[in-house]
Parts: sequence; C-alpha cells; structure tokens
Amino acid sequence: MNRKLCAAMFLLCLLGLLAGCSKKENTNEEQGTAPSSEMKPAATSAPIDPATAASVSGSVTFGGTAPKAQKIDMSQDAACKGSNTAETIVADGGKLANVFVYVKEGLGDRTFDVPKDSVTIDQKGCQYHPHVLGVMTGQNIEIRNDDETTHNIHPTPKDNREWNESQPPKAAAIEKNFAREEVMLPVKCNQHPWMKMYVNVVKTPFFAVTGADGKYEIKGLPPGDYTLAFVQEKLGEQTQKVTLAAKDSKTVDQGFKP
Amino acid sequence: MSVAPSPAAVPRGVWSWVRRKTRRRYANPKEPLLKAVARPYNRAHHRFAVFTACVTFLLIIAGALVTSNDAGLSVPDWPTSFGSLYKIPHLVGGVRFEHTHRMIAQFVGFLSIVLTVWTWRADRRRWMKYLGVTALGLVIAQGILGGLTVLFYLPPAISSAHAALAQTFFCVTVLIAIFSGQRWVEEIPRVEFDERRPSLFTLTLLSILVLYVQLILGALFRHHGLSWWPHVLNAGTVAIVLSWTVVRALSQHSEIDALRRPAITMLSLLIAQLCLGFVALLTRVAWGRDAVQPELPMVISTVTHVAVGALLLATAVVLAVQVWRHVPIASTERVPSRQGKPVAA
Repeated sequence: MNRKLCAAMFLLCLLGLLAGCSKKENTNEEQGTAPSSEMKPAATSAPIDPATAASVSGSVTFGGTAPKAQKIDMSQDAACKGSNTAETIVADGGKLANVFVYVKEGLGDRTFDVPKDSVTIDQKGCQYHPHVLGVMTGQNIEIRNDDETTHNIHPTPKDNREWNESQPPKAAAIEKNFAREEVMLPVKCNQHPWMKMYVNVVKTPFFAVTGADGKYEIKGLPPGDYTLAFVQEKLGEQTQKVTLAAKDSKTVDQGFKP
Repeated sequence: MSVAPSPAAVPRGVWSWVRRKTRRRYANPKEPLLKAVARPYNRAHHRFAVFTACVTFLLIIAGALVTSNDAGLSVPDWPTSFGSLYKIPHLVGGVRFEHTHRMIAQFVGFLSIVLTVWTWRADRRRWMKYLGVTALGLVIAQGILGGLTVLFYLPPAISSAHAALAQTFFCVTVLIAIFSGQRWVEEIPRVEFDERRPSLFTLTLLSILVLYVQLILGALFRHHGLSWWPHVLNAGTVAIVLSWTVVRALSQHSEIDALRRPAITMLSLLIAQLCLGFVALLTRVAWGRDAVQPELPMVISTVTHVAVGALLLATAVVLAVQVWRHVPIASTERVPSRQGKPVAA
C-alpha cells in the first residue's frame, strides 16, 4: 500500500514535469553569422527595370485609446540621464510608430545584393536608437555607445546565432550581421534591463519602418502580386494583399487594435 | 545537557577507530577512555559550518536577485569578469547583482575548501569526512554550472540545474552544521519506534522528493523553460505531503524536541511559502506581464519565495535525519516458532 502510494505520487510529479515541458525555441539547427565580407554574394536574378518599378506607401494607425507609455526608472545607473519611457506601443494621435512593414510574399526566388552600407544602432540616454530596425541578411550593423556607461548588447534570436558583448563608453563600434531571416529579433542590454529593441532581418530590400507619423514607403518593386506584412512587437503581425502594375504607386493603410 | 555517548550510539566502524586512536593518544591509564571519546565536539568547527551554511543562504538570495533582475548576462564573460579575475567592475545596473553574486560565490568556495579540510582533519567520523568532500565537489560543480550558464546564454536546463544544485549544496552545509553540533555529537538520542505505515521516515523522504521536484519546476519556470502551471499544480502535492508529514510528526512524536522543532518550522515555512508563491505569481505572471523592467514587488516576492523555498527544503532534510535518528522503523520479524516482536530495523 505504502509503495503504491509513493509510486503514484512520484508518477504524478513526473507527469506534471513532462506535460509542462514546452519547447522554448528550435536551437538545433546550425547557425552562423559569418562576416559579410566572407559571405558569398548571392547570384542576383533578373534585374528590376527602374522604368517599370512601382511603389507602395501608406500609414499604420492604432484604433482605440493608446496605452500610456510606462515611465522607466533609470536610477540604478547615474550615467543614464534624462527621461525615458517605454516604446512598446508608440501611437501619437492614432499614428502607430515602429511597425516593421515588409514584402512577405510575391518576390518568388529573386535574390538581391547585400547593401554595402552599414546600418547603425546607437545607444544614447540608455536607450536604443532606433527602437525597430530593418536590415538585409548579411548586412553590416554598426553598434555605437554614446553613453558614459558600459552597455552589453545581447540579441536573443530564434534562428540566428546568439551573442553577448559588452561595450564600454567611447569604445570602438561593434560590427555584426545576421545570416538568416528573422522578424522581430529582440536585442537587449542585461545591465539596463529596460533597454530593448528589435532587429528585423529579411532577404529583400523591400521593407520600411513606420515613423512617428505612422507612415511608410517601399519603392522599387517590380510589378506583381504581393503580400505586405505589418509587424508590431506587441500587437503582432497583420497582412494585406496588393497588386502592383508597372509604375504603380498604391496606398495601403493598415490599422491595429489593442 | 551533555552526556557522553554510549558505544552503542556510535557506528561500529567509527567506534573501533576511535578506540584505536584514543588508546594511542591517551595511554595514561589514569585518564579514562570515555573522557577522550566524550570530546569529539569541536565548537569552532561547528560554528564555522554554521557560518558556511549562513553565507550559502546569502548566496542563494544573491543568485535569486540575479535571476529576478534579469542580470545573468550583464557580465558577459566567465571565469573572468570583463576580462579580469580580480578587478571589481563598476557596480551599476545588472553588474552589481551578477558580480556581487560571483564574489559571494568565490567566498563560499573558499569557505567550502576550509570546511572540507577542517572536517577531514578534525572529525573522527569517516562519513563526515566524505560529507565534507561531497560539499566541496558540489560547490565546484556549482561553479562550473554557473560558468556554463553564462557562456551558453542562460539555457533553461543549465540555469535550472544551477538553481537546484545551489539548494542541494545548501542542504549539505546545513547537514554538516547539524552533524557537527553538540546536540548531535554528545546527546544520547531518545528513541521511539515507528510502527505506522507509511513510516514517518518514508514521509520525510517523500517530502524531500516533492520539494525537490517543486524546486526544479520553479527553476524551469524562472528560467523560461516551462510554463508556470506545473509549479503551481505541484504546490498542491507539496502542501498535502508536507502537511501529512508534519501532522504525523507532531501527533505521534511531539515529545521529541529534535522532531517537534523542525516539524513546526516546516509547517510555518510551508504556509509562508504558499502565500509568497501566490504573491509572486500575481506580481510576475498577472501584473508584471507587460512590465518594461523588473519591478520591485516582483523582485522582492520572487527572491523571498526562492529563499523560503531553500529554507523549507533544508528543514525537510533536517527533519528526515532527525526522524532517522530518533524514530527508527520497527519491523516485524516473521519467526515461525513464536509471535513476531517489533525490533529496530
């Protein structure tokens, strides 16, 4: 009786343990972030004729009352000066900022050259600038520290290689890139836990991030049928289909709800 | 009250070893043999063991602060801190939690080495020497796990193993403190045979088991390897098993001080822990879901929850060893010729 009772208890605990186990993320896949200089340039497919290139633009809005931005307490580091508020949802007058807009489908197997210009992430006032960034796979990212304190830059990707490096004040810029597509890849600073930003890595140059006015514009698209994706860090992803003819300039607006 | 132990109260192997040693040391026939045996209690050693256990408890709190403040990777390298083994970095932001944790851990490592060597040299009980070596092995393994969790960016499995091993090491230091204490060394234990089934000793072992499972589930939840509900679900099992153990101890053996005290402590800690768990769930899961940074109520409630959890596990271990000592399991020998009589197992 005693043994049965013990066995039943043990099995109950074991079942709870097994049933509750959830996969955090797929990390089995081999990942790598070779420097862009070492990456083989992708063979560019049929070039896009600038004479027929179309564009799509619009604005992203937030329906309802925008939540009040949470104030951040930066008192744990005297070098973090100024006011700082959370940028989880930035919606001024219903215009939603920091939405990553990109062509999710419709470009087929087209490949594009990786831009030689770097994009910059600046750490200033113990905040990341910009809060949402879009880059192409393999594109160089230059990370600067303009603060009088040490930061550490720690991306926590699902499909790319994770890394964590500290950067003292006035240190040389850190240069990195991401080898695989990944949307809303979180980057954080473990020294200042409120510091968060998102890097969006895509294979095409057709992406944009909405500004404070909620507006975006994607230029140079070849004529075709596309799926546009609008991704917000908290509100998730929404998509819209759009058909672009040669030299078309269409407006595609998108609304998010709380 | 300090009473010289009877030879029967000391394990046979240790007893013969003690006799050999004391015969050589106390060759003077005027000095009685028992006088030498009556002094295995080493106050300084015991106090040092208690001190080590207290600093280890402090280390657990420091570790919990690191996790609750999401500061585990604020120092990106290991075993160095920002490239240096001895230089103390500017203790701001997450670094103050992580580096303080590392400094206390180094101190505990040093204390463990001293405790192991001291136990090996001062304590006459062979199993105590091995317990000291076990403590040292655990603290080394714990240090390596702590390093691995930094180098591999806090994988839930390694971070949870680090959390679980921390409390295992704490329990071992508490045991060394108990076993080196005057009460354990010199007292003739009051013995009451346990004829009920399941025995109280089985219940205490079951308590340790469910608490350990609970510790692992909680650690996995804190380190993002598991949802919160298995930990909450198992809290019910913990409450039932621990209450059963406490009720049995207090109802059957309340006259034994060495059992009554840990049993009451365990019940008090259990109630406190359940309340703290509820508050921690509210501050972290319900209210803190959208927090942009670790908020003070969440940090206080979760760290206290971890600390009380460690005390609860250690109390369960202490109760188990006291039950093993004071309430041996009575077993019935089946002798065909006569009625079975309860004897000590």
